[in-house]
Amino acid sequence: MDGDRLARTLARMAHEILERNPDMARVALVGVRTRGVPLARRLARSIKAAAGVEPAVGALDITLYRDDLTTIAPHPVLKGTDIPVSIDGRTVVLVDDVLYTGRTVRAALDELIDFGRPARIQLAVVVDRGHRELPIRADFVGRTVTTARQEVVQVLVREEDGEDRVLLLERVGPRRGANRAPAARKRVRS
Amino acid sequence: MNGYPHRHLLGIEPLAAADIESILDAAESLREVLDRPIKKVPALRGKTVVNLFYESSTRTRASFEVAEKVLSADSLTITTAGSSVQKGETLLDTAKNLEAMNPDMIVVRHSASGAPHFLARHCRSAIVNAGDGAHEHPTQALLDALTLRQRKKKLRGLRVAIVGDILHSRVARSNVWLLSKMGAEVVLCGPPTLVPPGIETLAPVTYSVDEAVEGADAVMMLRIQLERMTGGYFPSVREYHTRFGLTEERVRRAKKDVLILHPGPMNRGVEIASEVADGPYSVILDQVTNGVAVRMAILYLLLGETAREVEPETAGRARKRGQS
Repeated sequence: MDGDRLARTLARMAHEILERNPDMARVALVGVRTRGVPLARRLARSIKAAAGVEPAVGALDITLYRDDLTTIAPHPVLKGTDIPVSIDGRTVVLVDDVLYTGRTVRAALDELIDFGRPARIQLAVVVDRGHRELPIRADFVGRTVTTARQEVVQVLVREEDGEDRVLLLERVGPRRGANRAPAARKRVRS
Repeated sequence: MNGYPHRHLLGIEPLAAADIESILDAAESLREVLDRPIKKVPALRGKTVVNLFYESSTRTRASFEVAEKVLSADSLTITTAGSSVQKGETLLDTAKNLEAMNPDMIVVRHSASGAPHFLARHCRSAIVNAGDGAHEHPTQALLDALTLRQRKKKLRGLRVAIVGDILHSRVARSNVWLLSKMGAEVVLCGPPTLVPPGIETLAPVTYSVDEAVEGADAVMMLRIQLERMTGGYFPSVREYHTRFGLTEERVRRAKKDVLILHPGPMNRGVEIASEVADGPYSVILDQVTNGVAVRMAILYLLLGETAREVEPETAGRARKRGQS
């Protein structure tokens, strides 16, 4: 998926979010760090362009809620959570780049609920690549992609990576190759 | 960035500038958890921490305990009063017995310099130095650095005066090492009887407070440790205040936006005048809040480190989950 395609996908998702939640003043878009945050900001801008009201945008760092914290080395760098509005009684749309096992979303739900009692939580992802390990599904999906477990889906965004693009990569070599730099992976399609 | 590549926190002296930077960055992120409606995250669920305090403490002990609770670690605190230490049990025996209960970390404060290092050699747990004798108090230096960095944006190039009882002060030693490693300019000041010989190899020494404070970005006042003042180090408390106490008049010699720090507990009217302690430039209470954040960072960085033996299969999956 190239930059234009990603922009059109996000614009469509913004309209879907708006269609489901007409009262945007009662909605907060919360991006899951790292790439969910710029994606949430873009969705908020598209929604403003269409509805005139810009929903609040927050950022969630789920590191402290992970179920695999002690198995990752080195430790992930903490970037901090920032929820600027009260989520009590609001509709919260969680925004992330890729939906895979569902464990990140589980951690995000746990963390979000510690901030208050939202009226409801919806989930928006750019790519749903399957292989769920938990009973979680997305409300708004940019694109559903059939993948193999040894493949990696990368969503690149201008704000973090310098370009907009979605890549499907295949790991090269044995499984432990996961620890190598992304350069060691081969691009199969984009 | 590699985080914190050590098993223990024994002192500032053996750390690299990058290690210090990682701890401060983690503390900066973790500080926000304290402002949440529910001040608790599950990061260290199932980890056990023993706080072993052979010396009295309010701030350090309370902030370690708060940090442990906020990160969901289980903790217990043992102080000398009411423990087997009073029955004559040695430090090592106490530690070994506690360790038989399988803690992941021991936080230790002891009046003997090197006590945490001794435990680190003989115990399996991660050891954190919460103050050892007149040697080091690393978490205090880290919270001071975090406070300075928040207000001044960076530590490099800051002029910092450390004033008071340098001789008995582990805070001073840890701070000198930390600030020098981070590129700040440190000057030490105290009465000649309370400045240990040889310290001038670490930082320049002056016996005049006015000179030390002149043009300073920050002044760290040290507590006059009245309980250790048996040797006649100075004639009287009042004379100490006149010669070395930080008064408003002396503060005016520093930069306009000077910060005044004190590790606590303060002797008001001795090393610091009340107007200064409660003045607009005082960041003494920020230091306390930052103390919790720094201790959370240490717990977070060290307790992850103990689970290093990860087989590659799991590591790969863990990494991948990051994008789900």
